[in-house]
Amino acid sequence: MKSFTYERVDTPAAATAAFARTKGSRYIAGGTNLLDLMKLEIETPAHLIDISRLALDRIEPTSGGGLRIGAMVRNTDLASDERIRRDYGLVSRALVAGASGQLRNKATMGGNILQRTRCPYFYDTNQPCNKRQPGSGCAAIGGFNRILAVIGASDACIATQPSDVGVALRALDASVETVNVTGKTRVIPYADFYRAPGETPHIETALVPGELITAVTLPRPVGGTHVYHKVRDRASYAFALISVGLVVQRDGTGRVALGGVAYKPWRVEAAEADLPRGAKAVTAKLLAGAKTTHENAYKLPLVERTLAGVLAQAKG
Amino acid sequence: MQTPEDHELSRRGVLVGGAASVAAVTLVPTATPAGAASAPAVPPTAEVAFKVNGTAHSLELDTRVSLLDALREHLHLTGTKKGCDHGQCGACTVIVDGRRINSCLALAVMHDGDEITTIEGLGTPDRMHAMQEAFVVHDGYQCGYCTPGQICSAVAVLDEIKAGIPSHVTADLTLAPAVTNMEIRERMSGNICRCGAYPNIVAAISDVAGVKA
Repeated sequence: MKSFTYERVDTPAAATAAFARTKGSRYIAGGTNLLDLMKLEIETPAHLIDISRLALDRIEPTSGGGLRIGAMVRNTDLASDERIRRDYGLVSRALVAGASGQLRNKATMGGNILQRTRCPYFYDTNQPCNKRQPGSGCAAIGGFNRILAVIGASDACIATQPSDVGVALRALDASVETVNVTGKTRVIPYADFYRAPGETPHIETALVPGELITAVTLPRPVGGTHVYHKVRDRASYAFALISVGLVVQRDGTGRVALGGVAYKPWRVEAAEADLPRGAKAVTAKLLAGAKTTHENAYKLPLVERTLAGVLAQAKG
Repeated sequence: MQTPEDHELSRRGVLVGGAASVAAVTLVPTATPAGAASAPAVPPTAEVAFKVNGTAHSLELDTRVSLLDALREHLHLTGTKKGCDHGQCGACTVIVDGRRINSCLALAVMHDGDEITTIEGLGTPDRMHAMQEAFVVHDGYQCGYCTPGQICSAVAVLDEIKAGIPSHVTADLTLAPAVTNMEIRERMSGNICRCGAYPNIVAAISDVAGVKA
């Protein structure tokens, strides 16, 4: 690990000021992804700004009847919150499908949606990777890519975003609240949070340098039955090959988002009108334009079958 | 082929190099030419104070030191083990402010003021914690390397179930989770045992919880 200087801050304003002051800064909260990447020298910050003790660790009602989840709320606390379990079951289900108990005790809301891909070529510093080292090429295309993206990818990158809870946030129309180094706040719809890889897969989100996530907000509850189904190589403690997040109402209408297929949680609102017609019709629209490799082509039928199973499960 | 003479030479070379690098580090504050190095020659340190197993400690550490290395290398509490050092195996599990975490994925300097419990703090060979005793009774290990992490995790798992924290296998999110075989297995999935002592580990935890494995 490269050496770095360290400071702890108490307010978002102090955090962004520290960022503006010190070259090579990175924020650290739970650190479960960042420290791993620092050990591998994939991330090499010169200065760490410890934001883990910011007073952003509460879940509060919004004026619109939803919930504001502070960026420092731990995965365990979010999954356990009574309001989340009752009204946003998909969030709770997706969280407990991810990582391990130890990691969920540390990982935060803000960090979760910023976690980086688990593409093995991003992790292997001996391999070219346009995300890790812009312009070096992509070893995953044509390499071992069974876990990688089938839609929305580019010739430069086929990485997937690995967050489970992101799938729930996308299905539930969440937003991301931020403050930047000039003190300006903004709200980014979670649907617009991730940037398509295109020719610049190293730029992953809409955040500008130093912009700090302060909260993730959920709109008022949508009701219905919430199901999150994650398909993985072992029964627990593994990243998704694919996952399906579904909210379905009594009349058969609903929303669906996918994990493990793209650079972001994948949702196509227009496909949801077909939910009453079943998984085949929905999947055809949801994954229209998919581009697979011989190793990851299995993901298309797997999505359809998983969605069929989840729809059956939701009916009871 | 390397002769004993070569070996002696290279060994001497290492010793000389080692001495030279120590000298360089010592001289840095006065001898660095202005603007010569982009990275600081002496790695930055920071002060941290925390309690481990009830005892207060103050340390000045390289900022890179993980909580795991602080416990093992600086406080010589070697019960906590380094397995993968990447948060994938759970051998380094300790309990911080009542919650289990992977101490390998934690910077020591970020734990100022925290209360840390390691395997040494749960019990001693003479006065074992109920979970330690159950692991012995049920033979919940083979080589023993993952065991301290398993036991710290297991103690926290029962507290998590008691606190109503749901898991992936909890059937109804609105009800309190129960201590079942499936709940224990799911919640312990962050602790890998390559000897495969899982059935006995589950038996030990079930025993402490007062349920049938």
